[in-house]
Parts: sequence; structure tokens; C-alpha cells
Amino acid sequence: MIKSLKARKSELADVGYEIQILSAKTPTGFESNAFATKLRESHLYPLKPVKIDTLQINVGKMCNQTCKHCHVDAGPDRKEIMTRETMQHCLDVIKGHSFTTIDLTGGAPEMNPDFRWFVEEIRKIDKKINIIVRCNLTIIVANPSYYDLPDFFKQHNIEVTSSLPHFTVMRTDSQRGEGVFEKSIKALRMLNAVGYGKDDSGLILNLVYNPSGAFLPGSQKSLQQEFKKKLKDPYHIVFNQLFCITNLPISRFLDYLLVSGNFDDYMEKLISSYNPIAAEGVMCRNTISVGWSGYLYDCDFNQMLEMKVETSDQHISKWNTETLTQREIQTNQHCFGCTSGAGSSCGGATS
Amino acid sequence: MKNYYNPEDLKKFGNIGEFQKNLADKFFDYYGETFKEGALTAREKSLIALAVAHTIQCPYCIDAYTADTMEKGCDEQQMMEAVHVAAAIRSGATLVHSVQMMNKYKELSM
Ligand code: SF4
Ligand code: SF4
Repeated sequence: MIKSLKARKSELADVGYEIQILSAKTPTGFESNAFATKLRESHLYPLKPVKIDTLQINVGKMCNQTCKHCHVDAGPDRKEIMTRETMQHCLDVIKGHSFTTIDLTGGAPEMNPDFRWFVEEIRKIDKKINIIVRCNLTIIVANPSYYDLPDFFKQHNIEVTSSLPHFTVMRTDSQRGEGVFEKSIKALRMLNAVGYGKDDSGLILNLVYNPSGAFLPGSQKSLQQEFKKKLKDPYHIVFNQLFCITNLPISRFLDYLLVSGNFDDYMEKLISSYNPIAAEGVMCRNTISVGWSGYLYDCDFNQMLEMKVETSDQHISKWNTETLTQREIQTNQHCFGCTSGAGSSCGGATS
Repeated sequence: MKNYYNPEDLKKFGNIGEFQKNLADKFFDYYGETFKEGALTAREKSLIALAVAHTIQCPYCIDAYTADTMEKGCDEQQMMEAVHVAAAIRSGATLVHSVQMMNKYKELSM
């Protein structure tokens, strides 16, 4: 298993250095403010929220995997996780604001010892609110204390969104680690067994595809068809939707791009496939992201770059809907990952 | 170093219109239309393009359609099988001509 950038003491574990790389002029001549320029051309600058209806909470960087492309730099060695006190602040905000979706992510969110308590408390506040758990699948089979996760998810009517970068062993394992494909298939079978992904069960199981390398995702519709076919036969696995997510050039994916010599070409691809319609639909316009320590960000990517929301109240304990709705969203070159081709968000393509 | 092939030139493909715009526009329209989802899926067309790229041995096309087939979710086995189809047709075409050789051989032999 590879180590986190932090454990490797990589230069890229320093966000200042990452931002420096992202802000530099590209060899093909794109200036550091290229994203702002594109937004201006699309009449979207400064980028402003539309309506905040989704709260994405990152409950910690701890994970049982260390995927090569991870934008969180998560791993077993990461100890930064959300405390119950911060979760309580989140619950207070959920009570006072009409979110449609609470999106729980990590690391492996299930590894936070207060994860189940937190889910139960959110469900107590609102029977209908859509709670998404971004489950990496292998956690379900990691040790016996997690085997009942599918039942727990079902009991609380959780929408499960899981990464499976490909329907072949080689492409999945090359990104997520040896043996991950096999374990993921096992976990998917356990989810299917309690009803997830099956027609009419009402239990939603969505899969996330991100390219395992320096290329962009193709059409979500065709990839979904292909995934459905290839997972049904020979694995007998069913799921609802496939979300295609573009890898953003930050953290471990940035490290991969630099080490493999793909950085310049990848940036060029992202920039040249800028799509103004996708820019209009970027997820930061309806989402606030909460970090493990309670600080607020425009999205999970800005969170990893430590770019906090540009308001006076930057902590969940000081939530202020008004200032958050009026704020300017902070952008940099990594944002081209959300606006290339059909667009990309935590819910897949945006246009 | 001077090279006949430069990967950077692939990105400049669109510039061929500089010397003859009308024909270039017609070509790119046709090209774009050809690769659209049709009776064949865009994915199938991409695999055919990858195979043909190997037959005509164009390094630009090989680069472009390796990336394109990957983007369309093809796996390494499917990509290699497509190249084998191209290779099989090529070797088949060589071998089928041996019938001519055999005919001629027989004609010239006692
Ligand atoms: S991509 Fe997800 S599963 Fe992989 S290391 Fe990061 S948080 Fe963990
Ligand atoms: S990276 Fe974040 S801030 Fe930038 S466009 Fe994407 S969602 Fe918005």
C-alpha cells in the first residue's frame, strides 16, 4: 500500500506549494488567472452561490485505503477526524436550515467512531432529508465490526455512493490498491443482498467512476450502460446510476501527474475542454463543505487546499446563511476539473 | 533535435485550415459527424479508429485513439483485441496473396 503524501513528507503535503503549482503559468501559455478569465467570458465572474441546499461534511481523513488519485490525501495514517462536539454544531445548523441533502464523506466516514451516532441524529432531525454516505466499499469487508453497514444504511434510508473506477480488476486495482476490486465486488453483493440498487427497493446505490490515469471521463450515459452490462455479467451486481467524476489536479492526483510527466498535457486538456454550461452548474453554487475541524469551504477540493469560505464567519459554530449566500466562491486552476466536457461534481456530470 | 513526428503537432491539427479553410472546414465537419453516436456507438467507432490507426501506423492517431478509447471506458483487453483484428486482416491480406504465388508457381513448373 502506498503512503499518504503527509507520511512521505512530500512537498505536495504543503498546500502553499500546491497552490504555487496551480497558480503558475502553464507551458502552453495559460495565465494563473485563466479560470477567472474564462468565468468572466461566461458572465459568471465573480462566482456566486445560487442557493445553499447541500451540506457536505467531511468527517475525517482517516481511511483504510490510500488510492493513488485521492484528493484528500487520506489513509490509515491520517488521524484528523471530526469530534462529536463539531458534529453537534453541524446538527444545530441542519436543524436551523432547510437542506435537501446531507453528504457525508471522508476518508472512510464509517471509520469515525461517532459516525453511526451522527447519522442517527441527522435522521432524527428530518425523516425525509437525503443523507448520502460516500462509502469506499472495501470498508464494509475490512473487519467484522463493519459487516452490518449495509443493514445500518438501510435502516436509516441512506443513499450509498461508492467508487468503482472500472469494471476490470487491473484498472481498479491500479488506482485503488491491490485486491480492491475483489473486495469491492464482495461489498457490492452485500449491498445488493439487503436491497440496494434493486428496482423498487427505494434503496439507492450509485457508483462513481473516475478515470484511473491522466485522461478525462467519457460520456456518463454510455459508461453507465457499459458498467451495468459488465457488472451484471459475470458478477450479478446491480446499481442505480453511474456518476462520472473528473480527477482534479490536487493532492495525490497532482503528485501522480507531476511524477508521471502528465501535468502539462492534463491541464491543457482540462482548459481546452472548458464548457460554460458546466461552469454554470458547478456544485459550489449550492453546497457548503465542512472540514473535520468545523471550518467551512466552497467545496471538498477547496477544503483540501485550505481555502476557507470568504466570509467573516468561517466556522460551523458561527453559521450565517446570509453571508454565506452572498460570498464570492474562491477559485483557481484546479476548478477547470469541474468545468471540462460535460462537467463534474460529486453527483457526476453537470450538463 | 529534428524529428519527423512531434507530439505537439497533434494539437495543431485544427490549424490545417490556415492554408485551405474551405476544405478543412468540410473535413472537420465530416469527421465530427462520422464519430457521433449512430447505428454504431461512439465507443465502437473509437475502437475501429484505434485499429485503423495501427494499420496506417499513424502515431498521432494511435495517441489520440488510445486516450479516446480509454475515456470511453474500453479496457486494455478490448483495445488489444481491436489491434489484433487489424493485424489479422493485414496478415490475412498478405497470406491470401500467396494463392497467387502458388498459382504462378504451378504455371511455371513442369
Ligand atoms: S479516494 Fe476515498 S477510498 Fe481512496 S484513499 Fe481517498 S478517501 Fe480513501
Ligand atoms: S473546485 Fe470547488 S470551487 Fe472550484 S469550481 Fe469546483 S466546486 Fe467550485
